[in-house]
Amino acid sequence: MIHETLAATNAVVTLDVPLPDIFWGWYVTMNMWAKSIGTGLIFMIFLLLKKNSSEMTSLRTPTIIVSFIMMNVFLLFTWLDLHQMWRMWHIFFYPHMTSAITIGAWMATLFVGLEALMIAVMIMKKDTVLFDKLLFWVTLLAIPVTLYTAGIMAESTARELWQMPTESVQMILAATLSGSATIILIGGSKLSDETKRFFGAILGLSALMAFIIYMSEYIFGAMKAEEVAAVLEYVKGDGKYATMFWVGQWVAYILPMLLVVLSRVSKSSSILSLAAILAIAGLWVVKHVWLVIPQLLPLS
Amino acid sequence: MQLGFLVDLHLCMGCKGCEIACKVENEVPLSTWRLRVKYVDVGTFPETKRTFTPLRCNHCENAPCERICPVSALHYIENGIVNIDKERCIGCAGCVMACPYGAIYIDPETQTADKCTYCAHRIASSMMPACVVACPVEANIFGDLEDPTSNISKYIQRHAGNVQVRKPEKGTNPHHYYVGGGNVTLNPLASRREEGFNLFNNITTLPLGGHH
Repeated sequence: MIHETLAATNAVVTLDVPLPDIFWGWYVTMNMWAKSIGTGLIFMIFLLLKKNSSEMTSLRTPTIIVSFIMMNVFLLFTWLDLHQMWRMWHIFFYPHMTSAITIGAWMATLFVGLEALMIAVMIMKKDTVLFDKLLFWVTLLAIPVTLYTAGIMAESTARELWQMPTESVQMILAATLSGSATIILIGGSKLSDETKRFFGAILGLSALMAFIIYMSEYIFGAMKAEEVAAVLEYVKGDGKYATMFWVGQWVAYILPMLLVVLSRVSKSSSILSLAAILAIAGLWVVKHVWLVIPQLLPLS
Repeated sequence: MQLGFLVDLHLCMGCKGCEIACKVENEVPLSTWRLRVKYVDVGTFPETKRTFTPLRCNHCENAPCERICPVSALHYIENGIVNIDKERCIGCAGCVMACPYGAIYIDPETQTADKCTYCAHRIASSMMPACVVACPVEANIFGDLEDPTSNISKYIQRHAGNVQVRKPEKGTNPHHYYVGGGNVTLNPLASRREEGFNLFNNITTLPLGGHH
C-alpha cells in the first residue's frame, strides 16, 4: 500500500492552473541590451566630435555602421518577441498614442532611418559636414529612444519594481556604459591616449552610478513597498536569481570600475579594453535579471 | 451605463461552477483562465477554514492594459467594459505586464491577448454573463453601477463599509467589488503558496509565456 502510494506521488501531473510565468524573457533583454549599445555609440561619437573632431576622421563610418547593426538587432528581437509578428504594421496604422510601445516604435524607426541616411552620406558622398549635421539631430533623438523603454516599464503597473525615475536613469547609464565601452573597442589605436582615458572615465563613472542605484534599490527598496520587497527576495540570499544578479553586478560594474582605475594607473589600453568587454557582457546579465524577477511574483 | 461586478464572498461556496461555465462559454484553452476561484486555507488544525475568491478582470476605470496597448486592441466600450479586439492584437504582452491583477493571458491557440470581457457578446444579446447564470447561490451580482435601482447598486449601498476592491493603491478604480473580502482573500502576497509543498513530486505546467 505504501509502495503504491509512493508510486502515485511520482506521477507526472500537469496542472491546469494560472501560475506566474515569464512573458518578457531574453528576447526583450536582447532588445534593451542592443538598443543601449546602438544609442550609446551615437552619444559617444557626438561627444568625440565636440571634444576632438580630428579623431573622428576614420571613426564616422565604422561607428555609425555598428550602431545601425545594433539598432537592427534591437528591432529584430522586438519583432520576434511579438506573438503575432506579422501584425507589426498595426503599430503604424492603428497607433494608440498613450502607449510608450507605440511612441517608441515610431521613434526607433525614425532613428534607424536617419542612421541609414548617415551611412549613405558617408559611403556614397563622403560628406562629413552633412554627417555631422545629421549627427546632432540623431543624438537628440537618441535620448527619447533610449528612455522610452523606461516608459514601457513604468506603464507596466503590475511591476512595482520598475519605477520611471530610476529606470530612465538606468537606461541612460546603460547607454553611456555600453557606448563608451564599444567606442573604446572600435576606436582601438585610432583614439589618442587622452581620448581613451576620457571614454574610460565615462565607462567607470557610468558603472559606478548604475551600481549605486542598483544597491540603493537592493538595500532600501524593500522598505517602501510590499511587492518590491517580495520581488527583491529573488535576488537575495538563496533567491532564484541571486547568483545571476551578483554575477551581473560584478561583471558589468565592479570589475570594469576597478579595471578602469588600473588602466589609468598603469596606462594600459589592453586593461581598458578588458573593462569594456566585461561591461558589455555584464550589462546583458544585469538587464535580464531586472527584467525577469518582477514577473515571478503571483499577481492574483 | 457602467457595468460592474460584485461577489459576496460570504455566499461563495467554492463549487467552481462559474469557472467551468466561463471556460465553456468562451472556449478558454487549458492553462489559461478568464475567471478562476482561488482558495486559501486559513488557520491551524483543528481551527481551520477554506476561503474562496472568484477572480476575473476588474474592468478598471483607469485600465493600465488599455493605456499600454500599442494598437488599441484593448479598448473601452460604451457600457464600461474593457473589451479586446483579437484581430488587432499584435501579442506584445504589454497588457500582461501592466495588469496588476494577472487577469490577462496570451491565448496559446490564437497567440493574442485575452481576458474576461464580462461576456460582452452575451450582454449584447441581453443575457447575463455565463458565470452569473451558473452560480447556484447568486454570489455573483452583475449590473449597472450608475443605476441606483440596480441589484449591484443596492447591494453596495446595503453593505457600505464592507465593500472592497483588489489593490486599491494601484489607482485603477476597479469596477469589480467584493463583500466580505480581506487581506487573505484579496492580497496575493498574503497567501503565497510556496513551491515544493505539493502532493505530487513531478508537477508540470503548460507553457504560458514568452522566450525565457
